[in-house]
Amino acid sequence: MRAIRQGMTAALLGGVVFAAVLGVAQAGDLAPKVPIDKSKGDCVLPGDQMRKQHMNILMHRRDDTMFNGVRGGKRSLQACLTCHMVKDETTGKPVTIESPKHFCRVCHDFTAVKVDCWSCHKSVPEETATQAMLKDGKLGGTGSMFARLRGFVQGGAND
Amino acid sequence: MTEHSASNETRKAPESAAAEMDAARREFMRNIAAASVLSLGGGLTLYAAAPREALAKKPGEPLDPKKRWGMLIDTTKCTSGCEKCVEACKKENGWEAEPGSRTDVQWIRKVDVKDPATGFMASLPVMRQHCANPPCVDVCPTGASMQRADGIVQVNMHTCIGCRYCMMACPYKARSFVHEDIPEERKRFHAPMGKGCVTSCNFCAHRVDSGRIPACAEACPEGAMLFGDLNDPNSAISQRLKEIPSYQIRADLGTDNGIRYTRLP
Repeated sequence: MRAIRQGMTAALLGGVVFAAVLGVAQAGDLAPKVPIDKSKGDCVLPGDQMRKQHMNILMHRRDDTMFNGVRGGKRSLQACLTCHMVKDETTGKPVTIESPKHFCRVCHDFTAVKVDCWSCHKSVPEETATQAMLKDGKLGGTGSMFARLRGFVQGGAND
Repeated sequence: MTEHSASNETRKAPESAAAEMDAARREFMRNIAAASVLSLGGGLTLYAAAPREALAKKPGEPLDPKKRWGMLIDTTKCTSGCEKCVEACKKENGWEAEPGSRTDVQWIRKVDVKDPATGFMASLPVMRQHCANPPCVDVCPTGASMQRADGIVQVNMHTCIGCRYCMMACPYKARSFVHEDIPEERKRFHAPMGKGCVTSCNFCAHRVDSGRIPACAEACPEGAMLFGDLNDPNSAISQRLKEIPSYQIRADLGTDNGIRYTRLP
């Protein structure tokens, strides 16, 4: 009888602890959320997988670009920065890595991981050929216009 | 050093083919214009209509290893004092530095050369020569100095440790070391560059990968820089090279440069 009561107590305690752990995991309040503009489509992987895999994807893509000239598309750095861009409330411009609101820093500050990507790479998306064309208000030379038109059709391959 | 060596090497090269070069340029421009018109008709015809020099890859597609990119520079059209190509490169790749800095990064420079025996002078842009047998790649201890399958030689700054051995090995002084942090406004998305790495011209690989020509060639007001695929016998550059004599700087070194000049003192 006594053994059963002890067993029940243990089970109850275990259940409480389990529920507490589950509650924290489900609430997700502790871990920061990466800002993303879902209107541009889903990320290359679901969020929980991206949390574990993003560095591998980035490194694979990096080598693909360096050695095989693979550029543009959904896995390009340009695409990451475009969907995850955070705009500054006062200036309306995308925030650079200097700001703690930058999507990389949101998590990396929390986990105290320092990456050195941004000592060389630009941390805000660069305007595409189409945007540049619209901003310039001119089409440039023949070759340039052709290239820019192609950039427009392809949706840009700047990365 | 490079310039003087070059003048000794190719003294036997007097050749003026300005008229022929003009004709080729006109033809080249016609090709591009025709392709532009067709491309306006619909996206599907775009790749078929593009001239061979500017064949585009779709985003996410790897490079074509059958190609070998090269450039023919017509020194008869290049004028002393014109730095349009250098300015365009600075703007495109973000390596402009403070005036007077002795530690500038330099991807391309204009060089005036003179044959001391005859007084014949020429002005030419000198950048990385995109050798087929690059000494910089041979010496790199980490494999950061690399050659792409399409002949473009570049630095993989992710693995560069900044030892500068490649700078010692390059006969063309084409490489530079980044001594200072690059401020955010000078960074270029497609040409990352940072303190502690060696950097140099990469034939505007980001442009070439999306079917465009390098910024210097696009900016030249005289059309003196003809960029294209050396392996394709039908490309404009191959056709020109077949017609007129052209020279590599320090061809005696056996590096087999991808950059050729029509006339050198």
